[in-house]
Amino acid sequence: MTSKTPRSNTLNRRSMIVGGATLAAAPFSFHTARAQEPTIKVGFPVPLTGPYGAEAQDQVRAAEVAIAEFNAAGGLGGRKAELLVRDDKLNPGEAATRALELIENDKANFIVGSLSAAVQLAINNVTKQRGVIFNSISQSDAINEVADFSKYTFHEALTPHLTAGAVGRYAFSKFGKKVAFLTADYAYGHEMVRGFQEAGKGMGVEVLGDIRHPIGATDFSTLLPRLQSMKPDILVINNFGRDQQIALKQATDFGLKKSTKIVVPIMLFTGRQAAGLAAFDGVVGGTSYYWGVEDQLSSAKSFNDQFRKMHGGRVPSDYGAMGYAGVRTVLQAVKDAGTVETDKVITALENLKYDYYKGPQYYRKCDHQSVQSVLIIECKTKDMRNEADVFQVVANEAPNEANLRSCEALGHKA
Amino acid sequence: MAGLTLDLIGLQLFAGVALGAVYVLLAIGLSLIFGMLTVVNFAHGAFYMLGAYVGLWLMAHGGNFWLCLVLVPLVVGGIGLAVERVLIRPLYGRGIDYPLLLTFGLSYIIVELVRITFGKSGYPFDTPDVLQGAVDIGVGFFPLYRLFVIAATAVILFGLWLFLERTSFGLIIRAGARDPLIVRVLGVNVSKVWLIVFGMGTAIAAFAGLLAAPLQGVIPEMGGTILAEAFVVTVVGGMGSLLGAVLAGILVGVVVSMTSLFAPEMAKVAIFALMALVLLIRPQGFFGRAGLMS
Repeated sequence: MTSKTPRSNTLNRRSMIVGGATLAAAPFSFHTARAQEPTIKVGFPVPLTGPYGAEAQDQVRAAEVAIAEFNAAGGLGGRKAELLVRDDKLNPGEAATRALELIENDKANFIVGSLSAAVQLAINNVTKQRGVIFNSISQSDAINEVADFSKYTFHEALTPHLTAGAVGRYAFSKFGKKVAFLTADYAYGHEMVRGFQEAGKGMGVEVLGDIRHPIGATDFSTLLPRLQSMKPDILVINNFGRDQQIALKQATDFGLKKSTKIVVPIMLFTGRQAAGLAAFDGVVGGTSYYWGVEDQLSSAKSFNDQFRKMHGGRVPSDYGAMGYAGVRTVLQAVKDAGTVETDKVITALENLKYDYYKGPQYYRKCDHQSVQSVLIIECKTKDMRNEADVFQVVANEAPNEANLRSCEALGHKA
Repeated sequence: MAGLTLDLIGLQLFAGVALGAVYVLLAIGLSLIFGMLTVVNFAHGAFYMLGAYVGLWLMAHGGNFWLCLVLVPLVVGGIGLAVERVLIRPLYGRGIDYPLLLTFGLSYIIVELVRITFGKSGYPFDTPDVLQGAVDIGVGFFPLYRLFVIAATAVILFGLWLFLERTSFGLIIRAGARDPLIVRVLGVNVSKVWLIVFGMGTAIAAFAGLLAAPLQGVIPEMGGTILAEAFVVTVVGGMGSLLGAVLAGILVGVVVSMTSLFAPEMAKVAIFALMALVLLIRPQGFFGRAGLMS
């Protein structure tokens, strides 16, 4: 029962208000000659409707922070940035159309966004063809491969190979070698399984089975008894958004946690907040970011504080934070290059060494993959300081190109 | 297929019946409405979704789950009454596609209104405390709440059966389904009967939505896919047949569950394969009367 809804007006309106407020707050906003210049437009297609909606909304919130900071700091010599949010409905066709409209009609200078391993490839196809920089903020292995990659393609998010690798290395050594998978049947799930399997090589990991479910599934009751009967040490649930919440809740209901450790490649902050402790209790997962690292990291602290200030005291989620970094790197590169010209911005992005919220990062030259840390987290069950204090970091894999697929493996010349 | 034990098949059967229970509740409302009113109610999924959202609202305003089980069908059933009275009644006697198109459009409006009111991204729905966890049912652990869903469905079906078979109003409904003209000649107010039947159908759909909410949470689109599946159930069982809806609902649940055991990716297709097979052998479905659609 899907329908054609108009683009999310509230979000657009909100970003315009934010833009307006910062414009008014900027000290030299009466330089009207400057204001005549067109704003720097960052197109932001994300799946606001559908099973990943909660995560997508937080990506928007965080991207707004990056835009506001850029504008408050004077923009590009007074030229402000503007966020154009579009709903791609988690559909590749819809996303391609929105991306094309953003480029053709709205004259977007850059595209940042997407929240699906599959949908981002559709957007990348469009941006590649039109020669527009696209910074993807959701996991994908394929986007770095030579077939999909182009010089316009940047990937701020983690890759499934990296995430599943980090989680696998941690979990297989701690919880056992017999592993079963419950996997969302699309690129994200497939790539995660491959990542876990590659990490398990040489660790003596035995895969008992891999059961696939369609994306947006609402019932796992017919799959869980089979998984239970395999008697795995570890059940890896490779899905995302609402699918993850429902799968974890139903696995808990079926009593799977009694005998099996449940592991997820990405344990979502938004999911844990929505579904509550019971579903996520005892689960171990990876993440790109958890706000709680602010005690150790000053960049995390300043990002969180900005986010809190703009969004009524709430803290950013993992995927939200990537929306921030994805937009901020592009805008920083614009500043460094002193122009919005595509080629110069690409060079600036390639030369960027940044620490915006999670410690040092940089884009690897050959595939424009952001080299960064991976956190392993668990649910907190006690000593929670506040409502958002839900995870504790149990391991931190430092940024290391060796944990990524090599440039040669991706088909690039080294 | 290693590890295929009787216990596993037993668990899988239970999962199928629990899944089928929700299909049964939806299909029975569809069938009731179609059997009496010859209205193909495309808004049925939207009423199902409304049930979950009304439950959510009541819980957020101090209600508890048990109270919701009573109030939700009343509230949504009331909306159903209004819909029949105001929107559907003027279309009687105009052919089957008029109310079909109307309810189709109505479903979009309801879903959109819920999106505007509650937002697009959906909410989790807590399982009531006493029904949390799994119990050993002999073949393995099974979620207590799913057993409750089966039981609640059985209670509703039994109540419905008593109402239709043991009350004079039920007698009128059954007579009205068979020959509305004669019933009217006998001096019975048929439009009142139809009003109540439509309200009952939507109330049961809302009840089903509320039951489903703790299993999967609530989103505005939750009625969409399940409506398609519920239509399959009514077609397999025979349009207008209540017994058919019950049997076909459980059958579809079990077929999905058993297919999932051997080929999970085929589970959704299996529903439609079953329908195709039944229609080839028995075009009117298990207990349907031939020619009802014409």
